[in-house]
Amino acid sequence: MTDPSDPTVADIPLVQLLTPAGVRTTSPEYAYDGSLPDIQDLFRDLVMTRRLDTEAFALQRHGELGLWPPALGQEAAQVGSARALRPQDFAFPTYRDHGVVLCRGEDPVHLLGIFRGSSLGGWDPSEHNVALPNIIIGAQTLHATGYAMALTLEGLVGTGDPERDAASIAYLGDGATSQGDFNEALDWAAVHQAPVVFFCQNNQYAISVPLERQTRVPISQRADGFGLPGVRVDGNDVLACHAVTTAALQRARDGQGPTLIEAVTYRMGPHTTSDDPTRYREAAEADVWRAKDAIERVRLHLVSEGVPAEWFAEVQAEADALGVHLREACQNIPEPDLAELFDHVHVDTTEETEQQRAEYVAWRDSLEGSVA
Amino acid sequence: MTEKMTMVKALNTGLRASMDQDPKVIVMGEDVGRLGGVFRVTEGLQKDFGEGRVMDTPLAESAILGTAIGMTFRGFRPVVEIQFDGFVYPAYDQIVSQVSRLHFRSGGKIPMPIVIRIPFGGGIGAVEHHSDSPEAQFALTAGLKVVSCADPHDAHWMIQQAIESDDPVVFMEPKRRYWESGQVDTGSTSLPLFASRVVRPGTDATLIAYGPMVKTCLESAAAAAEEGIDLEVIDLRTLSPLDLGPVIESVRRTGHAVVVHEAQRTLGLGAEVASRITEECFYSLEAPVQRVTGYDLPYPPSRVEEEFLPGLDRILDAVDRARAY
Repeated sequence: MTDPSDPTVADIPLVQLLTPAGVRTTSPEYAYDGSLPDIQDLFRDLVMTRRLDTEAFALQRHGELGLWPPALGQEAAQVGSARALRPQDFAFPTYRDHGVVLCRGEDPVHLLGIFRGSSLGGWDPSEHNVALPNIIIGAQTLHATGYAMALTLEGLVGTGDPERDAASIAYLGDGATSQGDFNEALDWAAVHQAPVVFFCQNNQYAISVPLERQTRVPISQRADGFGLPGVRVDGNDVLACHAVTTAALQRARDGQGPTLIEAVTYRMGPHTTSDDPTRYREAAEADVWRAKDAIERVRLHLVSEGVPAEWFAEVQAEADALGVHLREACQNIPEPDLAELFDHVHVDTTEETEQQRAEYVAWRDSLEGSVA
Repeated sequence: MTEKMTMVKALNTGLRASMDQDPKVIVMGEDVGRLGGVFRVTEGLQKDFGEGRVMDTPLAESAILGTAIGMTFRGFRPVVEIQFDGFVYPAYDQIVSQVSRLHFRSGGKIPMPIVIRIPFGGGIGAVEHHSDSPEAQFALTAGLKVVSCADPHDAHWMIQQAIESDDPVVFMEPKRRYWESGQVDTGSTSLPLFASRVVRPGTDATLIAYGPMVKTCLESAAAAAEEGIDLEVIDLRTLSPLDLGPVIESVRRTGHAVVVHEAQRTLGLGAEVASRITEECFYSLEAPVQRVTGYDLPYPPSRVEEEFLPGLDRILDAVDRARAY
């Protein structure tokens, strides 16, 4: 299967297991072996991810968030890959991977806190095995590689025990493939045969710069030069993303080394709420991708499998409840206390830090006193 | 037990002691394994601890730091070697944007116990990018701690203390002092990691230095003594956090302060030290704080480095300037 809309990759096979019309298809190498209820679970995750995203976008427009990087259109890539992870695997997301954070079980209100300017992440990555979202492009690909190398050192790879063997996954966009860190990560991971999966969501644009200005070869082919397999998958097909990531993670956990996955998708919205995509792309382009929507094709499939309308209504109600929760929770996110932030500069705090905290507190208190 | 050894050997035995004590301590860097590092600081460690704990890495500084970060997520304590000072810049982003902030960003949930060893400074006739003094760039980065050893005893203990620290420590090793020997008491540490110390007491003026310039300042003090000038020399040891207690106590006594470092002058450590002395010792100062530093040039060709680097004459001239007020 090829994607004629992208001339640079016309000859590279694209793994697809569910067509935009909702029809299950097969791939010679990959299969989705979940049940119908499993697909319903994926559908629910897709809907929740989109609701989180659209709700946060609206909250930004209402002035509750300073910024939001929308994931609209990329839900299948995020949910399909994240649901392929086992609890003991570890994910290193970017600032756009809201679906990944949600699927790992981390409270999505944390994401709102970041973009509201109330925190810098703040969660404990070891609680749900998901790192804080990285804003510096590509830096986390090295963190995931180092994490995977540590798994190898700890003997948590290739034991054959599915409860024990683990892998890491690095999320990145097409723009990150231009960064040195990404290229260093691929090299290291291959050299060390590290149990890491690089999951690239090729959403076609690095802010305004299109893919053909990032690379002269398809992203999945970049793996060849480093000595690891590259796979190209329909990034709007949650079943294909799940199947491909499941296989890559299993390969990693088995001790067979890293994989680069290129999920071909499209960022339907702007880069962030500050961006204006009409300056660099035609509306017709988005229409082509709208027809490949990640959620609609699963809905069509589930309907064809006889899933009743009531079930869809339940999911919708659940999404509405999430929306209400997010709106309320966003306004109740506690304001950060500058004095408390001095606690976390170091593990062993310094006298200098304490002095500056005292200086700030004394200044703040003097102002409060003058008001009273 | 006291033993005479070079700074290289002192660092090596210190690293070995830390690795013996804690299986989570791993050493990573370019050529640190079979070769033992280009300065042999890691000599023999791979043979004794295996390739898993002493890793020859691909030639990629950003990746050395980036993968070390990932390892801390599983409780490892990586000690990474940057081969030369001027090679740390490709890793700058991972150090400044990631290592220094992850503890802060996580609200204190994750420590970053990484030691970044950097052989730094000039005076060995090296080619370009092999003589830089980038310590201030890390000292001004919140979240990092920066230290520099000046003699073998401190090198032996400070490296172990840095590895024990749950905070990231940039460990600046004065490469021109690597081969100089000194007594190392392997039985007891002398000082905590983040403490400065008076290395030579004196009454007429205070010389403040760290790393390679401590010895140069001691030599300057010895030369001054022949002319009847009694200089106190303070080894800062810790550049971030600064421990200026002994400095302030000293300057209040002597009334004169001269800060010495190899790094370029503008916004170097000397600027901060001079400013703090002014804040704390204003009424004791008999002259403005003097600075003796490298000039604001990229590190020059090595045939003129002796003129670029602070030496005895420039240091003593600064002492004279201060005392002439």
